[in-house]
Amino acid sequence: MPSSEDSQSCSYEVSHGDDGDVTLFIQGRMDATTATETITGIKSVLQPPLPPALTVDLEKVTYLDDFGVLVLVELKNLLAGQRSQLHLKNADQKVKKVLRILKFDASGEPQPLIRKPRPNAFVRLGEGVLGQATDWKFTFAFIGSVCLSLVYICLHPRSLRSDDTLSAMKSVGVDALPVVGLISFLLGSIMAFMSAVQLQQFGANIYVASLVSLAMVRELGPIMTAIIIAGRSGSAFAAEIGTMKISDEVDALFTMGFEPTRFLAVPKIIASVITVPILTLFSDLFAIFGGLVVGVSMLDLTTNAYITQTLKTLTLFDVFWGFLKAAVFALLIAGIGCLKGFQVRGGAAEVGQATTSAVVSSIFLIILADAVFAVILRYWR
Amino acid sequence: MNRKAIIQVRNLVASYGDDIILDRISFDVYEGEIFAVLGGSGSGKSTLLRHLLGLDRPAAGEVTIDGDDISTCSEDALQQILRKVGVLYQSAALFGSMTVAENVALPILEYTDLPAESVDNLVKIKLNLVNLDGYQNHLPSEISGGMKKRAGLARAMALNPKILFFDEPSAGLDPITSAELDNLIVHLNQSLGTTMVIITHELESIFAVAHRVIMLHKSTRGIIADGDPIYLRDQSRNPFVKQFFNRLPAENT
Repeated sequence: MPSSEDSQSCSYEVSHGDDGDVTLFIQGRMDATTATETITGIKSVLQPPLPPALTVDLEKVTYLDDFGVLVLVELKNLLAGQRSQLHLKNADQKVKKVLRILKFDASGEPQPLIRKPRPNAFVRLGEGVLGQATDWKFTFAFIGSVCLSLVYICLHPRSLRSDDTLSAMKSVGVDALPVVGLISFLLGSIMAFMSAVQLQQFGANIYVASLVSLAMVRELGPIMTAIIIAGRSGSAFAAEIGTMKISDEVDALFTMGFEPTRFLAVPKIIASVITVPILTLFSDLFAIFGGLVVGVSMLDLTTNAYITQTLKTLTLFDVFWGFLKAAVFALLIAGIGCLKGFQVRGGAAEVGQATTSAVVSSIFLIILADAVFAVILRYWR
Repeated sequence: MNRKAIIQVRNLVASYGDDIILDRISFDVYEGEIFAVLGGSGSGKSTLLRHLLGLDRPAAGEVTIDGDDISTCSEDALQQILRKVGVLYQSAALFGSMTVAENVALPILEYTDLPAESVDNLVKIKLNLVNLDGYQNHLPSEISGGMKKRAGLARAMALNPKILFFDEPSAGLDPITSAELDNLIVHLNQSLGTTMVIITHELESIFAVAHRVIMLHKSTRGIIADGDPIYLRDQSRNPFVKQFFNRLPAENT
């Protein structure tokens, strides 16, 4: 066996006594740098059949820490698996002390970490159902709480946190205007371009204006704006409230006598319901402008004719219908963002999940709500 | 003293923007001692800790850990130097998405080449050491504050660092748990020779564990006293030091 005088290294030697006793001499530093080598080395030296008892002589160990103890524990476990015993001898005071505080004698049972057993399918099903039920209960409680808060604010308008509402309106509305404008402009020009290819064949160029304006104002304007806001603001609401939740700030609000829903959620909901319809209006205008640019530059339409055709197509009802949709979408986005935030429990990872889930659920509900609107419109008019 | 200084701080100036928090402070921490940094709230204790760990770079002066200057070195070099260091943060800073055992195993798996089974055993030894056996599979959110602290300590010690930093170790612990933690600190120091740097203002804990203390104060933005805590308590003439060790209110209140 290698034996080195270097104080930084660790070496070992096995000697077989006359009466079948086996002694393992270890010398040097038993620490993090030498542990791996020693463990694998000793394991390869001690091949079965193992002796009934192994004595480890620690006289020349200059330093022992818990990585060193790990070597001894591994050895002990190895021996215990073969029903043989481990004895330590000649440990000096310092080594003994380390062994004592690391509870070397107590860590006898040769079992590695017990992994948590995975519950069976039945238990998991039950847990899933209960989890869903709790979530639904929480959701209804939240909806109720938001409604009550809104009623309360209608009765006591001064209890609305107007500063928070204004700053939320800025972050939801004003700050989103550039991205909403750009995307709508591009969307309008793409629609004009695509429809132009078809309509040109019939010489119906002028109907590009009708198509762009009607599709945008009725359907795409509210939906595109809502999806952008879900990604920008719904996620932000969930992350903000979720972080406050895990750092006990929500509890702090509650114990200080504030209603967390009224304090945190209502300003965001009101701000969204006010600003998203306005953003939708901008979205419509930018898209119509995009269509106009394509129409004038590629289809020989005059600006005047395009605008006249647009105004002829649109009714005031269409515009307000779009606003109504946008307001409902805003309510869904802000409500879900806040709800997911309040549902956070645990740590940073849950905040991330809540944010993702807020965006995904909002987009799903936006589309669902849009379908409902389509059905209503079909039977109403 | 002829012992080797493991941490050397020379003329350290710490500032956030124009706000100078610490003004030209110098001190040494010797190998194997339990060193406490004391001071009232706002005296710059936490700022000092951030500078000792290289989380913030000094505005002037230098900080040396085990012979390596961390005030000017590159980010990579700093990572290498920090391998010699373990930190127990005030809130334990356990990763919420991992179990206690996974938290402790993380640095071991990353920086050693132990086989998986040995890592499990080592984690068990470490958790045993801090009296947390049986809580391997709990998530940090499922255990109490004192347990989190102990798990944080087990993680800080995962690679047996030369120096352990404690940020307010007793904060939020009951007296018994806090005394156990103090005990553990002393035992680890004696048996493994780990140097301990403790940022605290817990008097009992200071007297129980600290070999040497420095005290920071807001007014001078520097060290107003250093030495043995019991000597300081009984002999210091500095009014703030007296107030601090004898729990007296400031005179003008």
